[in-house]
Amino acid sequence: MSESKAYAGDDALAFFEDRFGLGDAELAIALDTALERHIDYADLFFEYTTADSVMLEEGIVKTGDRHVEQGVGVRAQAGERQGYAHSDDVTVASVKLAAASARAISQEGSAGGSALVATAAPGARDLYPVAIPPTEVPVARKVELLEAIDVYARSLDPRVKQVMASSLSQHRRVLVVGSDGTRSADVRPLVRLNVQVIAAAAGGVRREVGYQGMGGRFEFERLLDPSQWRPLVEEAVRIAVLNLDSVPCPAGTMNVVLGPGWPGILLHEAIGHGLEGDFNRKQTSAFSDKLGRRVAAPGITVVDDGTLAGRRGSLNVDDEGCPTQRTLLIEDGILVGYLQDRLNARLMGMQPTGNGRRESYAHLPMPRMTNTFMLAGEDDPEDILGSVENGLYAVSFGGGQVDITSGKFVFSASEAYRIEGGRIGAPVKGATLIGNGPDVLTRVSRIGNDLELDRGVGTCGKNGQSVPVGVGLPTVRIDGLTVGGTGA
Amino acid sequence: VSGAGTDSDPVQRALDQALRAGADAADALLVASDSVEARVRGEEIDFVSEARGHTLGIRALVAGSGGYRSAITSTSDLATDAVDRMAREAVALAHATAVDPAAGLPDGGFADECPELALFNAADRDVGVEARIQDAITAERAARATDPRIRNSEGSQIGSGFSRVCYGNTAGFVGSYDTASHSLFSEPLAAQNGSMQRDYWMTLAHRLADLEDAAAVGRRAAERALRRLGSRPIPTCEAAVIFDPVTAPSLLGHIAACVNGYSIYRESSYLAGRLGEMVASECVHVIDDGRRPGGLGSKPFDGEGLPTRRNVVIDRGRLSCYLLDSYSGRKLGLASTGNAARGAGGPPSVAPTNLWLEPGDADLDDLVASTQRGLLVTELIGMGFNAVTGDYSRGAAGLWIEGGEIAYPVDEITIAGNLADMLATIDAVGSDLLWLGRIASPSLRVARMTIAGT
Repeated sequence: MSESKAYAGDDALAFFEDRFGLGDAELAIALDTALERHIDYADLFFEYTTADSVMLEEGIVKTGDRHVEQGVGVRAQAGERQGYAHSDDVTVASVKLAAASARAISQEGSAGGSALVATAAPGARDLYPVAIPPTEVPVARKVELLEAIDVYARSLDPRVKQVMASSLSQHRRVLVVGSDGTRSADVRPLVRLNVQVIAAAAGGVRREVGYQGMGGRFEFERLLDPSQWRPLVEEAVRIAVLNLDSVPCPAGTMNVVLGPGWPGILLHEAIGHGLEGDFNRKQTSAFSDKLGRRVAAPGITVVDDGTLAGRRGSLNVDDEGCPTQRTLLIEDGILVGYLQDRLNARLMGMQPTGNGRRESYAHLPMPRMTNTFMLAGEDDPEDILGSVENGLYAVSFGGGQVDITSGKFVFSASEAYRIEGGRIGAPVKGATLIGNGPDVLTRVSRIGNDLELDRGVGTCGKNGQSVPVGVGLPTVRIDGLTVGGTGA
Repeated sequence: VSGAGTDSDPVQRALDQALRAGADAADALLVASDSVEARVRGEEIDFVSEARGHTLGIRALVAGSGGYRSAITSTSDLATDAVDRMAREAVALAHATAVDPAAGLPDGGFADECPELALFNAADRDVGVEARIQDAITAERAARATDPRIRNSEGSQIGSGFSRVCYGNTAGFVGSYDTASHSLFSEPLAAQNGSMQRDYWMTLAHRLADLEDAAAVGRRAAERALRRLGSRPIPTCEAAVIFDPVTAPSLLGHIAACVNGYSIYRESSYLAGRLGEMVASECVHVIDDGRRPGGLGSKPFDGEGLPTRRNVVIDRGRLSCYLLDSYSGRKLGLASTGNAARGAGGPPSVAPTNLWLEPGDADLDDLVASTQRGLLVTELIGMGFNAVTGDYSRGAAGLWIEGGEIAYPVDEITIAGNLADMLATIDAVGSDLLWLGRIASPSLRVARMTIAGT
């Protein structure tokens, strides 16, 4: 198959040719070098990224930073083997050198055949057009934003003792050139705003923290709008103050209601990682060989969708040049799909799903999630809460982790309440949920009609590589989940 | 400190250009590294990856009334025009920030000698990737030969990296050192009755000769995976919890986060203001030493050019120092402890160097034998620690202890408590201190925690 679409990437194509002198002829030479031995597939990944961040604490913006990162990664695949070499020196000579290293993975001699470098097709879509790259927005405006956030947070409640706020802006240009004719370029903006508040009880020693963030692939300008950042600050303050009155979380097995949006991290940990192609090809996932089998209650449909406009987890094309798509993972409770990159798709006889991602040119691609969420059901969220006599209502989470092989996952609540007699009760602290991936969604007994996606703060780590992701969930009730805490 | 050579050229140029662009002080860090990683799975090579790179970070400090404005830029393009541009941008960016009375270079006391810390063995550069891949093959075969129930794996991975770090500032300090890192990691899967368990073992050192035997790494990984077969949850209860040398360092990591000078002046640590107080039981003696020979966190000078040193953090249960760089030190009216960490892309921050809990007399078997009923934790997952409150709640797997003996493996449980209570009730520390990273600990036992299960 061959992908030869350029999306937002027309500018990026010109950029790489202009900056590094990498035209069609130079790219073909580099690929031919990689292909001198028996290689199934080879590709080149070029990156040029600028980024900046500004950080406020104690009422002042103490520091700012700005970075430029550039480099190239050359990959050769032979069977299950991959050879990779990368360098931050982007010249024709260094690319050829890297290609020679990468092809060493193949022990066999030349198979002949030379790389086909296709011409770029005109752009088909752009999920994140921005008029002004976020790194071009003057730092002074970012500084003003953080200062306004500090003042606003302190005005909301006298118990606010510390405000830490930061903004991050990134502008990333990538170019993928593959031996099958793939030639994809992309320009990826990414912005993020973080607000963390520490509140202290009046006259007491108790201190609690509240955090809220937002971001995505859109104009930095949007973050400057008070109607966007004020609710964020209000949420951070509300959570910090709320937790001042929180009680220890009860420990044991109970019925749990997850609120909409960010609690979708449950899907990411419990399900998503286990459905990544590499773990399933190697048969190391708790979901191996479960395709076509029931892994969730009827009515549950889970998708991974990299094509949502402006979302943090979205991409026009993945880091192997494949267009992203909406991939059905679970349909009405039945496992129907995996997340694939090129290598694992080829070895499993499946199609790539546009999930081949990497942290940067310095990393090999792997199957990774984009935006992963459960489709809405029909239940009223109030009814779902009302259906639980005694249990836990978890609204926001800090983070989670999964053991792919045993399927055991855990995630930690940052805002949670007891449910007593179908009503929201006291806030609890330190709630940790633990369960078994292939089992947990079979325990879902109610699905809300209120699907929400998160605010754009997710970062996923796998084998030491971090990539931005999104999650989403409607309100759901899960029966008999283990809750960790210290209370009775 | 040591021969600066040509590596200091971009650093010196960055400093000169920052001053020329209007900075009143500046520092710069250049990290150049090359590395190789490879993974073997079964009899097949999974991947081989080679890397080469360098990053220059420049911090510009611009004097204002009563302090400095500061900003940082970094680039992997070391062409002189790129360096000059990034130096100018650092100064321009600094003008957009606020004057901070605590900002600035250290007030002197820079490292003036370079102790031999055994961070690097030049001969290891001549060891080819093929030989290292052979280590991975040996570990992988040993893991799979341990037991017929080991039939699959996530593979065995090697890594070898060499770095040269050069730091200089406009107070006149310039120094550089070489450091290397070699590793071997093996992660087999054990399968029985349709269920699978994984576990790992690893070895990590500055010099190849200091790595653990490859076959032993594979076998130990396999044994850890095998003993998890048949794991099940236990009923919710309170019991003693023993952390093994793989999981105990995470508690030291939490301590490090809570004595970090930045968390202290922000009052975002439950240990803020507790200097001199008892914060742990008397068997807790915690040391940070940046000059431990061969230590994975050792270095001759820290991220601000100050000499690294030995700091007793918790002295027989009493909090005896915070970990500080010059900034957090100024905020607290204290001197730096030589714990400035620095990446090329960011400002100095605080990190432990080599941090460990001093071992006791009993080995892990003794700890288990003296536990009537409890849990030996061999793996922790999730991020359930809150440094502001000390609240602790994490997913765990391990072995259940009944009557002083290992009874059966458990998983899908959580352990919870508050770090303050946990440290105060550590009632035994093992003799089995093991360095698997920069933070290390022997086994230790917390008298009582809440375990949530069925």
